[in-house]
Amino acid sequence: MSVSAHEAAKPSKGFRIDLKTAGPLLALILLVVLGYSLNPAFLNEGNITNILTRSAFIGIIAVGATFVITAGGIDLSVGSMAAFIAGVMIIIMNGAVGAMGASVWTVLLGIGCSLILGIGAGFINGFLTTKAKIEAFIVTLGTMGIYRSLVTYFADGGTLSLNNAAREIYRPVYYDSFLRIPFPVWVFIFVAILGWVLMNRTAFGRYCMAIGSNEHVARYSAIKVDRVRTATYILQGLCVSLATIIYVPRLGSASSATGVLWELEAIAAVIIGGTMLKGGFGRIGGTVIGALILTSIGNILNLTEIISNYLNGAVQGVIIIAAVYLQRGSLRGRRKKAD
Amino acid sequence: MSLKAIALGLLVTSALAGAAVAQDKIKIGVSIPAATHGFMGGLNWHAAEAEKRLEAAHPNIDIIIVTADGPADQASDLEDLVSVHQIQALVVLPFESEPLTEPVRAVKQTGAFITVVDRGLTDETIQDVYVSGNNTEMGVNSAEYMKTRLGDGDNIVILRGIPTVLDTERFDAFMGAIEGTGINVLDNKFANWNRDDGFEVMQDFLSRFPDIKGVWAQDDDITLGVVEAIKQAGRESEMFVVGGAGMKEIVKGVMDGNALVPVDVLYPPAQIATAMDVTVAHFTSNGPVGGTYILGSPLITQENAAQFYFPDSPF
Repeated sequence: MSVSAHEAAKPSKGFRIDLKTAGPLLALILLVVLGYSLNPAFLNEGNITNILTRSAFIGIIAVGATFVITAGGIDLSVGSMAAFIAGVMIIIMNGAVGAMGASVWTVLLGIGCSLILGIGAGFINGFLTTKAKIEAFIVTLGTMGIYRSLVTYFADGGTLSLNNAAREIYRPVYYDSFLRIPFPVWVFIFVAILGWVLMNRTAFGRYCMAIGSNEHVARYSAIKVDRVRTATYILQGLCVSLATIIYVPRLGSASSATGVLWELEAIAAVIIGGTMLKGGFGRIGGTVIGALILTSIGNILNLTEIISNYLNGAVQGVIIIAAVYLQRGSLRGRRKKAD
Repeated sequence: MSLKAIALGLLVTSALAGAAVAQDKIKIGVSIPAATHGFMGGLNWHAAEAEKRLEAAHPNIDIIIVTADGPADQASDLEDLVSVHQIQALVVLPFESEPLTEPVRAVKQTGAFITVVDRGLTDETIQDVYVSGNNTEMGVNSAEYMKTRLGDGDNIVILRGIPTVLDTERFDAFMGAIEGTGINVLDNKFANWNRDDGFEVMQDFLSRFPDIKGVWAQDDDITLGVVEAIKQAGRESEMFVVGGAGMKEIVKGVMDGNALVPVDVLYPPAQIATAMDVTVAHFTSNGPVGGTYILGSPLITQENAAQFYFPDSPF
């Protein structure tokens, strides 16, 4: 506790940032070298684009998760929430097509609903955690089950599919690009930059770190702990909503299989990136790299025949642990210096 | 506490009332996995449809459907079916074979008639009837179709399901059937019977292999992801995809003459209805019904697609 409090009191600057970035970045570079040596197709423009676009979903959600975890919370509901929002968006857009035909407005209506649902769902998680004083783990475990069953119920156990005409209008949001960079990647970049500014250059970011390292001290320092905490969950909900907005046009469908285990992937991306699970210290840049690492592992395993299919999970596990170890290595160095 | 007492009271009263009314009804329990993915959603729908149909046709039959989220949950369901409903017959699609063998044996020991569906138990002597789709035939029929379209030196890729015995059966049968044809399998990867994984795995196959003539996606959910990835790469004209199961969207596409997904191979979610029919027949038929019923996995083509199309089913 005292160590993280110490870190929170001194925002890292200059050379320290480089030191802490080195771990995850090094892991990513090693992974890229490994990928290229296993199959040169890894560095094709098409493949790089695929990796970046796939990373966008988990990456955007993980940026939100960085705030929640930094403030000492956890959100297990994000995967189910994404499936739920995607399902409701599709139902609403299909309804709108029936009522007023397929147009850009139909899609905008869906997007608007997604934002409202995301913010609302985040608020519920935050409110129950702070006002009802229920452990975040339990609250979000509960909402995780609720959203997952609701989407299954709405889909009648099958799949909700977006109306074809609406889909044609919505499709470019995932598949088109600007300056040869696909739109989902732009959204990811945008969210990451905003997240970085919010975390490192605003009072809100400092409050998150302070609350995560010592809630009582933060309270005595006149920080409105409950309000900041709730805000982190709302931010998380907003990120889930953005990820869903770019996810729906990809396959135009949602089912109970949508977003399964995204919560764990998002948390893994955050931790690989150097944020501490117990809170008090958050790194948005690291989270972005963490998301890239996770997606690259899956991609590399698909690009090679060397590793048995049955061992994919094991390889992923080893790489995740190694990435965090590299990052912890640099942390330990810093702790010694602090002593 | 009082709430609990009320609930208990209600339960007991309703159980007694139910028992009094339905004294001479034959109770059949149906225990299946919850609708957590497309195929099971379809299976749940067909079970509910069969319940309506059978209860309407046979007033003395009472069917109770319960759905479980996991093997442990399903074992509890079985206990409830015996203790609360006192069933005379059980139709069960076991979540997993090993953990459910003993719970089903316990139901058998109460004297109930046992019908096992799809995933078998490890002790086959427990079941009176076994109803299943045909994984081997599914693999073989997919391969046979590939052979009509492809020949020596043509490249295909395979997207598999989840590492399970069922998947291995399909895969081994497929590989056995294309042996010696010269069709070249570039690689196979798991796509977890899931659209998103189908999309990503296919994207990676497409960036890796410039020449692909055929894709065996094995499952219709995977197929939908695969199709999107192929469209994204603009390579629709180079290849075709063979899925499986009989999802309504895919079957509709086959009916309409979709060139990218020209056929499908059946693995019917309606098999639960067959199992329920056979179980009811045990009480109503004058002939023996015990034994093994393996349903075919025919190729769904444009000509016969209409008979496999259920527009109301969620799957």
